[in-house]
Formats: sequence, C-alpha cells, structure tokens
Amino acid sequence: MARKLTVDRRKFLKGAAGGVAGLVASTTAIRAKEPTPVQSASAPLMPKEVDPSNVDVLTTDRSGSDFMVDVLKSLGFEYIASNPGSSFRGLHESVINYGGNQAPEFITCCHEESAIGMAHGYAKIEGKPMCVFVHSNVGLQHGSMAIFNAYCDRVPVYLIAGNTIDATVRRPGVEWDHSAQDLAAMVRDFLKWDDLPISLPHFAESAVRAYKIAMTTPTMPVLLVADSELQEGPIAPDAKFHIPKLALATPPQGESGSVAEAARLLVAAENPVIIADRAARTPAGMMHLIGLAEALQAPVIDQEGRLNFPTRHPLNHTQRSRALMADADVILGLELTDFWGTVHSMRDQLHRTSKPTTRDGAKLISISATDLDVKGNHQDIQRYPEVDLAIAGDAETTLPSLLEAVKRSITNDRKRTLQDRGSKLADAYQKALVQTRSQATYGWDTSPITIPRLSAEMWAQIKNEDWSLVSDVGHASRWPLRMWSFDKHYQFIGGSGGAGVGYGAPASAGAALANKKHGRLSVSIQTDGDLMYAPGILWTMAHHHIPLLSVMHNNRAYHQEVMHIQRMANRHNRGITRAGIGTTIQDPNIDFARVAQGMGVYAQGPITDPKDLGPALRRAIEVVKRGEPALIDAVTEPR
Amino acid sequence: MSANMDNHIVRFLGLMTVAALMVLAPSHARAQRVSPAPKADDSPAGNSQNGKKLFTSYGCFECHGHQAEGTPEGKTRLGPNPISFRELVKYIRQPTGQMPPYTSKVASDADLADIYAFLQSLPQPPKADSIPALK
Ligand code: HEC
Repeated sequence: MARKLTVDRRKFLKGAAGGVAGLVASTTAIRAKEPTPVQSASAPLMPKEVDPSNVDVLTTDRSGSDFMVDVLKSLGFEYIASNPGSSFRGLHESVINYGGNQAPEFITCCHEESAIGMAHGYAKIEGKPMCVFVHSNVGLQHGSMAIFNAYCDRVPVYLIAGNTIDATVRRPGVEWDHSAQDLAAMVRDFLKWDDLPISLPHFAESAVRAYKIAMTTPTMPVLLVADSELQEGPIAPDAKFHIPKLALATPPQGESGSVAEAARLLVAAENPVIIADRAARTPAGMMHLIGLAEALQAPVIDQEGRLNFPTRHPLNHTQRSRALMADADVILGLELTDFWGTVHSMRDQLHRTSKPTTRDGAKLISISATDLDVKGNHQDIQRYPEVDLAIAGDAETTLPSLLEAVKRSITNDRKRTLQDRGSKLADAYQKALVQTRSQATYGWDTSPITIPRLSAEMWAQIKNEDWSLVSDVGHASRWPLRMWSFDKHYQFIGGSGGAGVGYGAPASAGAALANKKHGRLSVSIQTDGDLMYAPGILWTMAHHHIPLLSVMHNNRAYHQEVMHIQRMANRHNRGITRAGIGTTIQDPNIDFARVAQGMGVYAQGPITDPKDLGPALRRAIEVVKRGEPALIDAVTEPR
Repeated sequence: MSANMDNHIVRFLGLMTVAALMVLAPSHARAQRVSPAPKADDSPAGNSQNGKKLFTSYGCFECHGHQAEGTPEGKTRLGPNPISFRELVKYIRQPTGQMPPYTSKVASDADLADIYAFLQSLPQPPKADSIPALK
C-alpha cells in the first residue's frame, strides 16, 4: 500500500515550500561542504539580517516532527513505546521536548519486540492503540514477530517507522543500511494498512486515516513510514497545518435476515452450544453474551481469546466442551479463530488423522468479522470450516439484534423447556467445579510446584483486590481460568494470537501500564522461555514504575518443544531419554530473581517448596501496591 | 522457536486440549496390537524407586507431571490407584489418543513394571475441603 516516490523529490519539496506550507529538508551541515546546495527551499525561513550566501543556518525553532507530535496528540495517544533509533530522532526529540513527554510519554524499551508486545497488551486492556516508534530496517525487523502476533490477535497497534528516502541526503554508511525503498514491504503481509507520507499535510491525513483503519473491526496493526527529512526539516514558526477530524467507523452488524435465521435455529435446537473466542472486544460484549446464553439457557464454551463469559456463571461449560460438542445439534461460533479445529480433532501420530467431534447433521453458525479481511500468505486463516450459516459481521455488535430475535421467537412453552435445560446445566456445572477442585489436590505439597497449587496460592492473595490477569494461561493448562472467578472484561486478555514466543512478558507489561491508572492489581504467570527472549522488559518496568506481579511458571524448558521431540523420538523408536537436548533451559538453571534484581525489580526465588509461595506472594503484592514491579520465581511442574 | 511452530503448538494445546485430548481419551478395548504383559496378574513386582527415575528419564513426566498428577484434560492423571498393569502396558504400547507410543524397543516390560510400582506407591492427595486455598 505504500506508494513509491515517483516525482522528483527535490522539485516537489521546493514547490511545497512555496505553496502549501514550508516543508523542507534541513541538510545545512552537509550543504556547507557541497558546491551545490542539496536544497534551497529553506531560504525563505532564514532570519532577515543573515546573509544566506555565507552563513550556515544550523538551527530551527520548529521542525516537521513537532507538527507530527501535534497530530499524535490529537489522536489521544498516552504512550509511545520504543527502542531509540536515529531514523526517528526528530520525532523522538519532538515528543520529549516539544510535546513535554506527556500524552504521549516515551516508554524506553530494550527491544522492538518488547515495545510492540507492550502495545499489544495495552490495547487489549485500554481498547485503543499505543503508538510505537521503530527504527528503519533493523528495528522493524526486530519487531516483526510482535506485529505478526498482534495481527493474528486482531489487535490495533500504531507503528511509526523512521526512514530516509532521499538517497542524496543519507549519511554515508549506516544510514544507508538503515534505509529502505519500501520499508513496510517486510511486514505488509500482517499489517492492515501502511503509508509513506511525503509532506506534512499528507502525514496528518495518513496518520488520522491509519488510526481509523487500525480501529475499524477487524482491528489490526498499521504502519506509517516517517521520512527523516520530513521529521527534521524546519517549518515556519507560524506554519499552520490542518489535522483532519477523526471519526471512527462503527463495527459492522450481521445481516438481519441471517440473524433471524440463526435465532430460529438456536431457539428450536435441543442442545445448542455457544462458542466464543475473540467475541467480547469490550465489556459490552460479555454482557450481550450473558444475555444470549441466559435467554436460550444454552451452555457457553469460552475459547478465551478474550474473556467472553464469567467463569463462575452456571452456563459456563468450557470444562465440559467435549461432551457438549458431541451432543450439540446447533453450534454458534462467535469470532472463532479456528472453526474447523473447534469441530474436529486431529491425532498427531505417524499418520495424522482427523475426525469430527460433532454429530452428523449438527448445524454450524458462524458470526465473525474475520470474513471481512483476509490475507493470503500467512496461514492463520486455518482450515476451511463447512458451516451452514456464515454471517460476516462483528459478533459483539451483532449480539444485541440476535438476542432480540431470539427473545421474539421463544414461546412460553419453549421457555419452560429451556428452563429445565438450564437447571440441568447448572447441576453439571457444579459437578465439574468439584472435579476441578479435586484434580487440583494431586501433588499439592510436592516439588516442583504444581500449576494448580501455584494458581490457588495466587488466587488466595488477590481475590479481594481489583485484579487483572494480564498473561496467557494456555501454558498453565488454563488453571486460573478453571479456579478463579473472572467476571470483568479486563480480568483476562487472551493470548498472543500468533503464538510467537516472547509476547508474554512485554504484553503483560503493556497491559499493566494500562491498568495502572485504573488502580488495578496486575498479575501475570510468566514462563521462563518467554522471558528469556527479551528480558530487558524487566528494566523497562522498573524504570517506568509499572506495577505488575510476575509469577514465574519456571519449568526450566521450552516445554512444548520437549514434548514434540519426545514424540519424534518415540515415533522413531530411539533415544527416548534425550528429548531435553536443545529444549531445556538447565545447567545452569537461570536465577530469575537475580536477573530481575539486576534490572531493578523486587524479586524473590527460586521457590521450590510450595509452602513458601503464599508468604512470598504477599510480600511481592505489597511492592506492587506501592506502584513497582515484582517477580516471584517459582520452580514448577511443566504444565 | 519459529512462530509457525509455536502456532501449531498453541493451537494444539489450546484447542486440542479443550476438544481433542478428551475426545481421544483411550479406549482400551480398541487397542489392537498389544505386547503381552510380563505376568498375567495385575501387579508385577516392580521397583518403585527405579520407576520414579524412569518416569522422569523416559519423559512420562512431560505430559503427566512428576507425580503423575496429570491435567484436567484427557486421562493424564495416572495415580494413585492406577489402572491395571495389563491396561497400562496395552495403552503405552499402542495409545489410541495423542500419547506417543513406547514400544518394547525403547521401554521394556520390566521398565514398565517399575513405572507401575511407582504409580502404585503414590500417596493419596489431601481432601479439597481440607485445603483453605481451594475454598
Ligand atoms: C507427549 C505426551 C506424553 C508422554 C511423553 C507420555 N504420555 Fe501417557 N498420555 C498422554 C496423553 C495425552 C494421554 C491421554 C490419552 C491420549 O490422548 O492418548 C496419556 C495417557 C496415558 C495412559 C492411559 C491412562 C488411562 O487412564 O487410560 C497411560 C497408562 C500413560 N499415558 C502412561 C504413560 C507413561 C508410563 C509414560 C512414559 C513412559 C507416558 N505415558 C508418556 C501423553 C503422554
């Protein structure tokens, strides 16, 4: 989507300076040594008493990047997460000086993957994007995996990358290495939109447009390339540029006829099942889903891409998904990332086989905004699901009209049947809860610490607080979601989306930063492998006083990979004791408490005796309540 | 670790554990090729200490936990009170679900007898009601 510069840039700049406004490149230092000025459009801006023919103009009171900051302020960014890079030095300096380093405030990150991961987590709590500055080429490459995760997770991230377009003004050497003809190309497969503005008015327009596009469902990352000349060039003190008005596009609702048909199928069904993945984009989504489930007295399976449904609601039957799926006659999938995988199982043996998990004739209804924006290269699209009714639209936005249609079709007779179903489901829910508690007791006092023990100890400390779990818990066998009572949207934000490891620590930090002003106690279950991708995020948390309790799920391995290698060894009938080679993080064991302390974070550990967990957590929570990060290194079972 | 690889992994764990592992829980009746158990009776004389070591070195702990406590998904809790030895051997040799097979080439029947002794030796857990943190 980025356009290449096809016009003669220098001529364009001259024309623009004389016309629309004074947008010019400042290359005065170089010019002094050159027989021919690189450009001359800055002449009109020079003070009158100075003779331009023999005095080098070395300063300016306003630069293009000042205006860029005006634009960013107008969009309401609270933060810019970034690892510094010279291609956006103009913008960087304008943020901290011209912009006063407030709204947006510069958050110093030690890696671009951390910066973008932070923005990813932040957006899921705050419901709006964080801005991220990345350096040309190398910075964007560093950040690319995190962009991919946000893309797969349909999360808006607002990226600005520096770049120096005009080859004749690049400083020799590194600046050439750190410039690109089409910078966005390397990540375009997982961006919703990108642009390369070539004037300040163009920047303003594209910046507002980028925000709107990022925030339009399905939300995704966007990238603006900010030319360094455009950033650094002087602008007249009285220059006025227009910042276009932002009007966010409302999310699309499913077509009314199809919604009515879905309601008819659901009301008539004997065993309907509602499955939600990334359905609740906002707190309203959860309320609507509760309304629908209660009207139908239908069980909900939460795939937990977001917190869609309260975990202690008697219609939350996530734990019973297998039995429900086998019996269901109508399945409603709301923003499922993988409908096919939801209704099939695949067996990972020498010959991979798959089979449906639903009964013959079960009707499948999908409501998803994913159908509205798909791309071809990366395969997050998943296998083609053979649904009976596909409604393209935002599930959260469609739910109210679906609920109305459902209510209209329920007769009094039907209501009684649904109530009976509801009480049976409530009993089954209670039984499942008791089973979960009982399962948690196995290995209760042993070391390494079991994940249910870890989760229970955490829950005991936080349950009376206004808490928010800001990490994924798939690696922890979903234990917190099984045990804790989640009923607020911000209490869980789902996972990475693209399963790129390294998301966990920065996304938790970004979410905790968003939670900070709401006074919430942010907690995460932090895996060791993930933290080792870019542990510098610990320093960022200490430096910026981001209150987050990170409790290590330290199984001293890339455990998923251990299991994969074990599987291969077994399959090949050899070496079943060697799966730890290349997959474990032992010898030496990492002392995460010391790593964290070394970066200024309060930390304790390694904790191997489960009895020590409770007191350690209490002490750490005191620190977090004082507004600082804290880390507890618990040595745990694999899952 | 590649993003693609891990994507597969999390899908596997996220969705497969929710749906598939449970669906594919073992059906012992369905296993076909079965190595004979070392003894006809269900409790061979195994060495539980060695069994505990093998449970780790052979990788059982990876999916079942060091105490064979398992996870709530599928039949991954193996003890205390394990299934019969005959059933255990049958399953390990020819799993019908997601578990990777351990043939007699890599784990002898004597090894499995030791592992079985370890599973039998596991203590009963405390009652959930007696644990304040679980209330
Ligand atoms: C890569 C993961 C993995 C490894 C390694 C593994 N298992 Fe399993 N095992 C499973 C899963 C998952 C199940 C549940 C059924 C299924 O999907 O196959 C299971 C089921 C079982 C069962 C059947 C339980 C029942 O109640 O029917 C037994 C017995 C068993 N495993 C023993 C072992 C032993 C002993 C080892 C080590 C020699 C081992 N497993 C290694 C994953 C694994």
